[in-house]
Amino acid sequence: MAPSTPQEPGLSAVPSYEEEQSQGRFDALIDQDSRVEPRDWMPEKYRKTLSRQISQHAHSEIIGMQPEANWITRAPSLKRKSILMAKVQDEAGHGLYLYSAAETLGTTRDEYNEQLLSGKAKYSSIFNYPARTWADMGAIGWLVDGAAIANQVPLCRASYGPYGRAMVRVCKEESFHQRQGFEILLSLSRGTDAQKKMAQDAINRFYEPSLMMFGPPDDQSPNSQQSMAWKIKRFSNDELRQRFVGMIAEQVKVLGLTLPDPQLHFDEEKKQWIHKDLNWDEFMAVIKGNGPANAQRLERRREAHREGAWVREAAAAYAAKQAQSEVA
Amino acid sequence: MKHEELDEALDSFGDALASATRVTPGNALRPEDIAVDGIAPSEEVARYALTLGDDALILAQRLSHWISRAPELEEDVALGNIALDVLGHARSLLTYAGLAWDKTEDDLAYWREEEEFTSLWIVEQPNGHFGVTIIRQLIVSIFQHLLYQKLATSQDKTLAAIAAKAVKEVDYHRDHAIQWTIRLGLGTEESAEKMRHALDILWPYVDEMFRDEAVHQKLESIAVLPSTLRDAWNEEISAVLAEAGLEIPATGQAMAYGRRGEHSEHLGYLLAEMQVLARKHPGASW
Amino acid sequence: MSQQSNWPLWEVFVRSSRGLSHVHAGSLHAPDQQMALRNARDLYTRRNEGVSLWVVKSTDIISSDPDEKDSFFESPQGKDYRHATYYKASEGVKHL
Repeated sequence: MAPSTPQEPGLSAVPSYEEEQSQGRFDALIDQDSRVEPRDWMPEKYRKTLSRQISQHAHSEIIGMQPEANWITRAPSLKRKSILMAKVQDEAGHGLYLYSAAETLGTTRDEYNEQLLSGKAKYSSIFNYPARTWADMGAIGWLVDGAAIANQVPLCRASYGPYGRAMVRVCKEESFHQRQGFEILLSLSRGTDAQKKMAQDAINRFYEPSLMMFGPPDDQSPNSQQSMAWKIKRFSNDELRQRFVGMIAEQVKVLGLTLPDPQLHFDEEKKQWIHKDLNWDEFMAVIKGNGPANAQRLERRREAHREGAWVREAAAAYAAKQAQSEVA
Repeated sequence: MKHEELDEALDSFGDALASATRVTPGNALRPEDIAVDGIAPSEEVARYALTLGDDALILAQRLSHWISRAPELEEDVALGNIALDVLGHARSLLTYAGLAWDKTEDDLAYWREEEEFTSLWIVEQPNGHFGVTIIRQLIVSIFQHLLYQKLATSQDKTLAAIAAKAVKEVDYHRDHAIQWTIRLGLGTEESAEKMRHALDILWPYVDEMFRDEAVHQKLESIAVLPSTLRDAWNEEISAVLAEAGLEIPATGQAMAYGRRGEHSEHLGYLLAEMQVLARKHPGASW
Repeated sequence: MSQQSNWPLWEVFVRSSRGLSHVHAGSLHAPDQQMALRNARDLYTRRNEGVSLWVVKSTDIISSDPDEKDSFFESPQGKDYRHATYYKASEGVKHL
């Protein structure tokens, strides 16, 4: 094998003997459904893809705190207030677990934070919709967390060790989030006319965006193939969307409410759920930053970061002083 | 991963373990238990419990606003944790008090008017910047720690049980406030200045915490007389401030009578926000 | 405008009950040891009692690479005598 000298243009495409060995080890780990750990060699593209995927997930948890934090001070009962506070706290924790996993890939939390605050990084589009009513707390828990769970459970077996382990932790806590959301809607659906209307309205607004959380149809997702080969994506967008639609179609009956999708039915022949056409134009617009709440969500993060700078600096300064006095 | 494996994983998904929503550390006396098993307190005891419950409720409401706005994610978790604990205390105390009047915790929280709230002025003060919140926590949690320590020996079994659980949690809140007071007091010139400012604006509400009121009378061995906590509180907070390079400010004391339902201008806004949704749907369950 | 927060990274190890050993649970940022311990308690134990925590600055951890050359790790190949299953004559003998 001809050795490569990466400094010389033209020859960098030829892998060195070491690289081929490493690639071999990496491929074997993936094939055996084993785990790639932080100190293992990995293809640069794998590292970059993971870094983006995990950090996007982390950003989503952090931004996702906002629509719900919005209703903590106005929660209509003390019990619901407690539960909502705990849920949002869980989400902060999940963000932290995920940033922790992402950092093992060589990018610091500060760098990820910068990507988010500058608007470069993406996060789940659904959080760019405003939480207008209390019933949105129910819809977000039921639909959004439900979709997130469908996405996350397979990721517990992701090929990258820290990611899979973080996901196991996240999943353990997430199950309650969905149930709580569902129970909020259940209470509303059994309540006054105004409450029932509130619940149905929230479902109407969050149904389509929640289906789009799984990403564009498979035939429009070029990166999916590679991610599936690397086992950092275990099922395709459409497969997961199908599963999710099936679950909520059943659950909505318990609520005695409807999904805003007259077309929704299970096609016995194709063995598929047929749902309405989704508005991918709106999805793309929201992803690009033109949704109803993108500006507000980012500004809240920037503000927290800005207002908190003096606190972070003071803590660091104190630590430095302590360290100095210990050496002295 | 096979489809069957995913199906199985999704089906058994709900049988998972704890989250912050399910963990109840320490003793298991929950508001729900008090509501069902609790023996109604006398009118005097109920009014006393109400003062403590109101303090906790208003403080929790203030703290909860920090969630998603803290200087660092780890602090969103820490402050959220503290807010949740304090809300738990409020729920227990209000539930207990309510038994005397056949009212639930929610009846008391959402359907009383401002002049019926008996909370201290200090807990209704705005969050301000992080330093203001920390100083408010320092003042209040040292006070509450001393209070609950004594209350844990109350002859009233329910108050004693609530206090026994609360004291462990408030110990943690106090520790958190102390750690931050020291770091912000000694960190940078900017942080020290901000902490001095925080002390200046909050110190006027200290005296009220220790005033013995009508509600504390005739409850020997049951209630804790606030004045009895002053010396210990002074000692503790002076030590922390000294370590943090901060001084007790030379301010006056506000003519604050929250226990009598006379509040500062802040409470009205706080209650408006807290109660608005519940009041829009009278009689509804959530 | 990136801002170095200067809060170092700490690795967190949790021992969930006596008799087990500490297991790596993840990482977090904190300005110093005391805060690292407290943040770890909040984040990785949800303040459950009876749990033991270690926090170590990430830069203090020395690790060995799994792809390290063979001499660093003794290969188990060809050393069957280190496994109980190698000893057939003892099969069926109680308490062995």
